[in-house]
Amino acid sequence: MDKKYWQNFGQRNNTEASKKAAADEFREDLPFEVDDKLLKAPTQRRDFLKYLGFSTTAALIAASCEVPVRKSIPFANKPEDIVPGVANYYATTYVQDGEAISIVAKVRDGRPIKIEGNTLSPVTKGGTSAKVQASILSLYDTARLRFPTIDGKEVTLAYIDQAISGALGGAPVVLLTSTINSPTTLEAINQFLGKFPGSRHVMYDADSYTGLLLANQASYGRKAIPSYAFDKAKVIVSIGADFLGTWLSPVEYASLYAVGRKIDEKNPAMSRHFQFESLLSLTGANADERYIHKPSETGAVAVALLNAITGQGASNINDAKLKAGIAKAAAELSANKGNALVVCGSNHPNIQQVVNAINNALSADGNTINWSSLNKSKAGVDADFAALINDMNAGRVGALLVYGANPAYTWSNAKAFTDALKKVKVTVSFNPKNDETTQLCKYVIPDHHFLESWGDAEPKSGFISLMQPTINPLFKTRQWQDSLLKWSGAAPDYHTFFQNYWTGKLGNEEAFDSALENGIINNSTAISAGASHGVNNAGSASVDTTAASGNRPIVTPTTTTNAGASYNNGSLNTALTAINNSAKSTAIELVFYKKVGIGCGEGSGNPWLHELPDPVSRATWDNYVMISPAMAKSLLDIDLNSDFQTDNYEVHPAKRVLKVTVNGKGSVLLPFLIIPGTHPNTIGIALGYGRTAKLGKVSENVGKDVYPLVSFNGTFVDYTALNVTVEKTNDEFDVAQLQTHSSYDTSMGLRTDVMKELTLNDFKKDPEEILDDREKEAKPYGGLPAYEKQGTIYPYYDKPGIHWGMNVDLNSCIGCGACVVACHLENNVPIVGKSEIKRFHDMHWLRIDRYFSGDLENPTVVFQPLMCQHCDNAPCENVCPVSATNHSSEGINQMAYNRCVGTKYCANNCPYKVRRFNWADYTGADSFPDNQNFSGVGKLDPAVHVMNDDLTRMVLNPDVVVRSRGVMEKCSFCVQRCQDGKLKAKKESRPLKSGENNEWDVQTACQQACPTNAIVFGNANDNNSAVTQMRVNNKLRTFHSLEQLHTLPNVSYLAKVRNRDEEMEYRHEG
Amino acid sequence: MLKLRRIAPIKIFTLLFLVGITFSKKSSAQDGHALFMANCASCHKVDQKLVGPALAGVESRWPSRDKIHAWVHNSSAVIKSGDPYAVSLFNEFNKTQMTPFPQLSDKDIDAILDYIKSAPTTTAATATTATGTATTEENGDKSLLFGILTLILAIVAFTLLQINANLKKMADDKEGVPAHEPIPFWRNKTYITFGTLIIFLIGGYFVTQGAIGLGRQQKYEPKQPIFFSHKVHPGINQINCQYCHVGVYQGKQATIPSVNICMNCHMAINEYKGEKLVDGDGNEVNGTAEIQKLYKYAGFEPGKPWDASKAKPIAWVRIHDLPDFVYFNHAQHVNAGRVQCQTCHGEVTSYNEMFQFAPLSMGWCINCHRSTKVQFENNGFYSMYEKYKEDIKNHKMDSVTVKDIGGTDCQKCHY
Repeated sequence: MDKKYWQNFGQRNNTEASKKAAADEFREDLPFEVDDKLLKAPTQRRDFLKYLGFSTTAALIAASCEVPVRKSIPFANKPEDIVPGVANYYATTYVQDGEAISIVAKVRDGRPIKIEGNTLSPVTKGGTSAKVQASILSLYDTARLRFPTIDGKEVTLAYIDQAISGALGGAPVVLLTSTINSPTTLEAINQFLGKFPGSRHVMYDADSYTGLLLANQASYGRKAIPSYAFDKAKVIVSIGADFLGTWLSPVEYASLYAVGRKIDEKNPAMSRHFQFESLLSLTGANADERYIHKPSETGAVAVALLNAITGQGASNINDAKLKAGIAKAAAELSANKGNALVVCGSNHPNIQQVVNAINNALSADGNTINWSSLNKSKAGVDADFAALINDMNAGRVGALLVYGANPAYTWSNAKAFTDALKKVKVTVSFNPKNDETTQLCKYVIPDHHFLESWGDAEPKSGFISLMQPTINPLFKTRQWQDSLLKWSGAAPDYHTFFQNYWTGKLGNEEAFDSALENGIINNSTAISAGASHGVNNAGSASVDTTAASGNRPIVTPTTTTNAGASYNNGSLNTALTAINNSAKSTAIELVFYKKVGIGCGEGSGNPWLHELPDPVSRATWDNYVMISPAMAKSLLDIDLNSDFQTDNYEVHPAKRVLKVTVNGKGSVLLPFLIIPGTHPNTIGIALGYGRTAKLGKVSENVGKDVYPLVSFNGTFVDYTALNVTVEKTNDEFDVAQLQTHSSYDTSMGLRTDVMKELTLNDFKKDPEEILDDREKEAKPYGGLPAYEKQGTIYPYYDKPGIHWGMNVDLNSCIGCGACVVACHLENNVPIVGKSEIKRFHDMHWLRIDRYFSGDLENPTVVFQPLMCQHCDNAPCENVCPVSATNHSSEGINQMAYNRCVGTKYCANNCPYKVRRFNWADYTGADSFPDNQNFSGVGKLDPAVHVMNDDLTRMVLNPDVVVRSRGVMEKCSFCVQRCQDGKLKAKKESRPLKSGENNEWDVQTACQQACPTNAIVFGNANDNNSAVTQMRVNNKLRTFHSLEQLHTLPNVSYLAKVRNRDEEMEYRHEG
Repeated sequence: MLKLRRIAPIKIFTLLFLVGITFSKKSSAQDGHALFMANCASCHKVDQKLVGPALAGVESRWPSRDKIHAWVHNSSAVIKSGDPYAVSLFNEFNKTQMTPFPQLSDKDIDAILDYIKSAPTTTAATATTATGTATTEENGDKSLLFGILTLILAIVAFTLLQINANLKKMADDKEGVPAHEPIPFWRNKTYITFGTLIIFLIGGYFVTQGAIGLGRQQKYEPKQPIFFSHKVHPGINQINCQYCHVGVYQGKQATIPSVNICMNCHMAINEYKGEKLVDGDGNEVNGTAEIQKLYKYAGFEPGKPWDASKAKPIAWVRIHDLPDFVYFNHAQHVNAGRVQCQTCHGEVTSYNEMFQFAPLSMGWCINCHRSTKVQFENNGFYSMYEKYKEDIKNHKMDSVTVKDIGGTDCQKCHY
């Protein structure tokens, strides 16, 4: 094998530091302060005996005290459907800034503790994302506002209602929200606005899709976003759209995308994905072919692609590689007309118009683009908001009601907004936290968390996801729709309003109840039939009727046809000319991107999302300047081909701080990270960081806010900046990355064997390549079937009944991290904070390893989820001196925490480096509070303490213990779920269902969270189980990580296949 | 031949049918009582007005059984239909509706009616003989016997040693060997060593036992806020354990009954007339006063309708408390494993005050897991253990214990 895979630069060069890191998992000194004082302390033998005697006696006396009396308090009136200790599941909806995902909340003894995707949803099909998984913690967020306030002072709801009702009226009222696609909420808004003449509703999205909306208005006459059918596309070209990570509705797209990526061995075929982008995004990392360009060239790339397909416009691309890439993509697209799709992440209407022209030329409309089902998750147009600021300044706004929007933080010119806000007499905020906008509002009535609310959402036209409360409100909050209805003088509260609305639409109460139980209504005809005026189109109607000036009238739901939209070419030439004349490229350009977890800042209060490593940079807890290796060399004199300089850059978390100045906007000081795949003249900085203490201790001083550097040009917010200067400073700042540890190299197992990758062409040519490899390795022991028994000196053990097994399809895995957060939640995995991650003390039971290979400037990326492999011949088990880790009869490598004495031998001996040691009392499991700030361990970060708050601890899974300091822990195959599933089967007196006919008794948390179904788990002894079927049907791609070590893992993988022309260097010698 | 062949299946079918009928009839007659206890008893008695009317002679009050079926399934529909008796009944009971029981089939209701017919009209407190399964004391504690034997043998040995020493001395005297000054045994180093060793061993044994027992509370019998006698409830009155401990078949907790479950019966039963109640200290307890305590928690005044929302929970003292790192599930044992409650909780029906019967130690759990047989044949779950099926067939093993299916794995209980 001559292809080199590397997780970090040291590994690539095989530097000294890297070799050392691979040799020692625990590479720091023991946390004892051994100084002269301790060594020369005058403690004598007799003193020692005295202390020994005293402590023994004291312990005995303490122990002989009476056991404390514990109370057991049952319900006064037991609700019929609650059985203590048995979880209930309620279908509801996750809503964040227009993104709505159908979920099922697991409620144990009245507390929601876990979120799963709702498999009944035809949109997400049970998939979730890291953000959705983590959102349960925002319910128990200590930084939530707990009561209504006027000027910061607590008041009662009745009082604030009276005060606001008196203040409203006279002048027009403006309701400023993020995108709302809830039919009932829009109806309530209508009622409210109808009360106050001249009032209007403005939708503002921090994550703006103005370009797409305006371009669609120009091309199709509809200011709306269609559905994209990634599953039907054989060729996908994305120009800077991170559709698997952050673009529009990534959960939906991930599940559709995975359809085209799964391979049938008998007839291998898969979709082909080209990515043109400036920074290495999650989507780019999954692409078959990836080309890099400057942000200023985005338009040129789109035009060149159009030119190559239809001949319109002119190609202005000079870079040879890029040019070739465009030609290739164009050829593939043209060859697959009707099965091709081009998406673009730019917020520039002209570029999006060109993309529309390309899609039209490819007959995508009606095939891979569906205009009969609109994506309603984003509807805000930036100019509307700018117009609102003007109105506020001109005194034309009497009252501003804010819900879900936080322009004082996310608007590019926040100062203009905050200044204008001062001119508005009545300012009301419904936001749940004391964010930047809420801090400036006079009246604050915090909204419920979505898990405490009634409601609905229509993320796609015709599909409704319903929301029901899963817990009584924790604080004195109120649903914001209730406030609107109350102030508009409408009689019922929102719950009744919502119930009446849907009972009316669905015909009767039973239908409503069953819809609520399922959490979804997916029958557009039923909805429209009941809806006399087509309310299901209210969202799009409101968008369609918006005047560009932003003087939106009251939303009047009008019927819009759900039929397709017709394309018109009229303004394309204007767009082409505009792109041609647009700003020319500059020396260094900047892209503002969003991270999978933090987004536009909505995840910044959530420690799980901070601790989730960025899929590409593998960095936690910060934002930073991403630069290319070439820029590192030209600007900072770091040559990654030099061992010394590589180690110098990489070994220590301290990174030099750069001063990034955007011409005319200001500057920011941030540390840099070298990310291969970044365009040499481009740098990237993530949005959503740099919050203040008012938003809680978790986000306080984490990263820097770069929204002030974003610009608004009158039509749209531009997430790129030209004319950027980057200067070195002498400061350094620590960035906690995960990529430099948890690696393992021996003469027996090299990194390349942990994971396998090949191209589709290779696979077609030599389908048995991987199987042959495995056969060859097992040959001295009598071939693969005999390898298990012959490859070891240990005896063979029978595997009666259940033998748990897992299979991970590397082709479906997109590296999004939903599983990582799900694992944290399910297993009470602690948050350790940045200072601990810096010292390699991260606690992830499941991590997604990111491997680079090939070209340093534009490498190929492979993601591999790695958890405990539950080896049947586990190296960790036979080195444990106290047998704390041993094998269960069902194939689980089990960990008895109470038995563990913390020698860490097991972790040292684990070839996969998946065992995690509790260096400190992260979970508050020790009974001594001081243990969390023990000087020998170091002070733990505020986030760790936040996770130990009484409120936050409500999220803990009561079926899994919290581990105390000094014990080893690791993936348990979600043993609590295995046990629960077995019990369920036993109660019903039937065999375990593990995936046959898609019926499951047991699904691990990672499996259930995965939007692409990359992970299957079940009884490997059952020939019909999904995991066995997966292994049998994909015999040619199945492999075990480091199989040659004879660890006999119960986790198997399917090799990654890339749909690429040129054959990879991956070749087996001989 | 042909005819026979045709007739045989018919005959067999008829036979089976008849048997089936006999059995089903029998079971439904038996079920009547059970069904009544499970569904009706909380609101109805046979001969006494409770929340609902007394049920004796119910059939004579209704025109037909069909009407009763309809009433039980959905009483409000019958009232709406304007049935005169239904309306009068509705008015008589302050317009409280009877809980609908759509899950009961007509056959079930018939069974209940049959039971009502046959039920004794006078509730003579039939003090059923608590069939305390006379625990066979045959294999009782033999350690005392062994102890005494050891002691006797030790004394014999000691005496023999003394005799031996004396004889040796006498022999030596005879042969003229100069004798050592005899050392009294309390200064004899051998004896001292032995003595110390024995004291150390015995002391060590008790210290270790004590240390192991730290935190365990077998026989813990705290005073509860209300004197609740299991002897009276499941014992004398034969209330099914599950009636109060509703979670025992479903979840990890058996659950202590909530106040509304107590009130199901105690709305009507407001005084105690049974045999004398004695608490752990030998003091007599006034049962009626204890019921009054319950009313206080429930916010109930006899004679007035009860508002369940006014109830306050009762803070019972917890007796069985496993550490947090142990996962125990009642449903697994009682439902799937069909273990009797008494196996771990003792002869509860004879306890006046509840106490911890079992040590709840890991050794105790594991020992049971080693010896208890699983429901291998009865539970369909085990059908996937094909190897064991084979082994049983080939007489390689005679039964499958919990241990065989991984009952001693660490992560069966610790995760």
